[in-house]
Amino acid sequence: MAEPMGFYTDTTVCIGCKACEVACKEWNQLPSTNGGLNTLSGDSYDNTRRLDGIHWRHVKFIEQFTDDRKDGRWLLMSDVCKHCVNAPCLEVCPTGAIIRTEFDTVVIQSDTCNGCRDCIAACPFGVIEVNPASGTAQKCTLCYDRLQGGMEPACSKACPTQSIQFGTIRDLRNRAQKRVEQLHQTGEKRAYLYGADEKMLGGLNSFYLLVDKPEVYGLPPDPKMPTRNLKSGSWFSVFGALAVGLMGIINFRNRGAGEHDQEERR
Amino acid sequence: MNTVPSSTYFSAPPEWGWLIVFYFFFGGLAGGTYFLAVLIDLFGRAEDRPLARLGYYIAFPCVVLSGLLLTLDLGRPLRLWHMLIESNTWRPMFKLWSPMSVGSWALLIFGIFSLISFLGALVEDDRLEWPAGRRVRPPGVLSGLIGVIGGLFGFYVAGYTGVLLAVTNRPIWSDTPLLGMLFVVSAASISAALMILLAQRSRWTMPGVLALHRMDAWVVALEFVVLIAVMISLGPVFRAWLSAWGLLLFFGVIVVGMLLPLWLYWRKQSGDLNLTTEAALVLVGGFILRLVIVFSAQGV
Repeated sequence: MAEPMGFYTDTTVCIGCKACEVACKEWNQLPSTNGGLNTLSGDSYDNTRRLDGIHWRHVKFIEQFTDDRKDGRWLLMSDVCKHCVNAPCLEVCPTGAIIRTEFDTVVIQSDTCNGCRDCIAACPFGVIEVNPASGTAQKCTLCYDRLQGGMEPACSKACPTQSIQFGTIRDLRNRAQKRVEQLHQTGEKRAYLYGADEKMLGGLNSFYLLVDKPEVYGLPPDPKMPTRNLKSGSWFSVFGALAVGLMGIINFRNRGAGEHDQEERR
Repeated sequence: MNTVPSSTYFSAPPEWGWLIVFYFFFGGLAGGTYFLAVLIDLFGRAEDRPLARLGYYIAFPCVVLSGLLLTLDLGRPLRLWHMLIESNTWRPMFKLWSPMSVGSWALLIFGIFSLISFLGALVEDDRLEWPAGRRVRPPGVLSGLIGVIGGLFGFYVAGYTGVLLAVTNRPIWSDTPLLGMLFVVSAASISAALMILLAQRSRWTMPGVLALHRMDAWVVALEFVVLIAVMISLGPVFRAWLSAWGLLLFFGVIVVGMLLPLWLYWRKQSGDLNLTTEAALVLVGGFILRLVIVFSAQGV
């Protein structure tokens, strides 16, 4: 297996140009929405709005303004599949369509997926959705085809500010740690890494440098594996069945002689 | 979105809609009626046999309908078989830790058992000529074996859907481990209710009908307790039900589907045999329960 590969996204240098979104769409031949006509969100400069089956990259615009708009700030973050080491989508997929590649990335095989959508409910980041053209669940593949050809993914290649960096996870973590230290030295004490260690779902192979709480960026503070409820949920169901079975046995064995006699009298 | 009750609030809705609501309802009926029919066969008296056969007559069509609904819900319905066979290796596809994977196999196996029991019931009713069919009906070791194994799969089909919802990262669904239990108990209550309704339609007066009715009252009471436990276990996520969905849950499920039938039941202790109203209310409540659980978690 090749060394684990992934993305490190430094949100502090993202300028919201959306070159990554365009590059992703071009390389992966993803359709435009609304037949190519503009669909404006109406309440934001961001008109993509979210990741889905035909938007595998999305630059989030977090626009924080006071009511009189005298004060405000922009947070920009290019969002993508996190390629979790312990991937919730891969865990629940009933068809085996979701696989881990030799680059330690997570890919949905579109020719195997049957569109059951269990992975959509399982992904704690809301990354996956159905591509209406294929009827299957789709998301970022970390450009698996480009990686196999020795190229870097289209989005990081297109990023003009190196907000999206591609490389081996080991190398990216070192780079990211240095960047956090640099930001701390220059006074930006809030800078920290999200998902860069094993604590979060075994590590996110696409991790982030953030300067505010994860929730502000629309990221879950504590994402978990779906199977956390499997054992307890199953046992409670068994208890439920035992209780129902017992109620059935008691009622059918000892059916209340009174009711029976009454019935016979009729 | 600075403070949220749970990390589950960042997932996307899978857009499981009406087909899945109906599947949860008919799947619950399939598993529940089979489970009850087996209980009647094993623990009831010989005169209650028609009631057990009624259970098998309901279970099989419901499981066929369930399979149909699930297939139609897929983005690629013709790839249904990918749930069972790995499409690129042709090996069996089975993941013990994925409720949808195990559930697909359970539905298939349960479908076979419910077909055998359905045919057995037809033979016992003299509606089908099949000499071996007599052996799948009690008394006998084979019929007991089929009943126990089929009943276990029936229980699984009735309850796994709740566990499947819990094994996701959606709000409500994955914020409580009790949905499987709720679905199992509710499957029993709606199944008993449907069997009572159909038995009444045929003007059956065997004692098993009254036993089923009394059992249903117990099960609905248990279902009420489990639903309250679900609400408590949701913790801060319960606020998602402080909405129109919560109102529907309160009036449609708790009042109409649980408290009203229980009240009617206690009032009729004197031996009134008209049990239709309670049974119909329990069925309506069971349907609304699944509707609220499926849709409310996707609107968050």
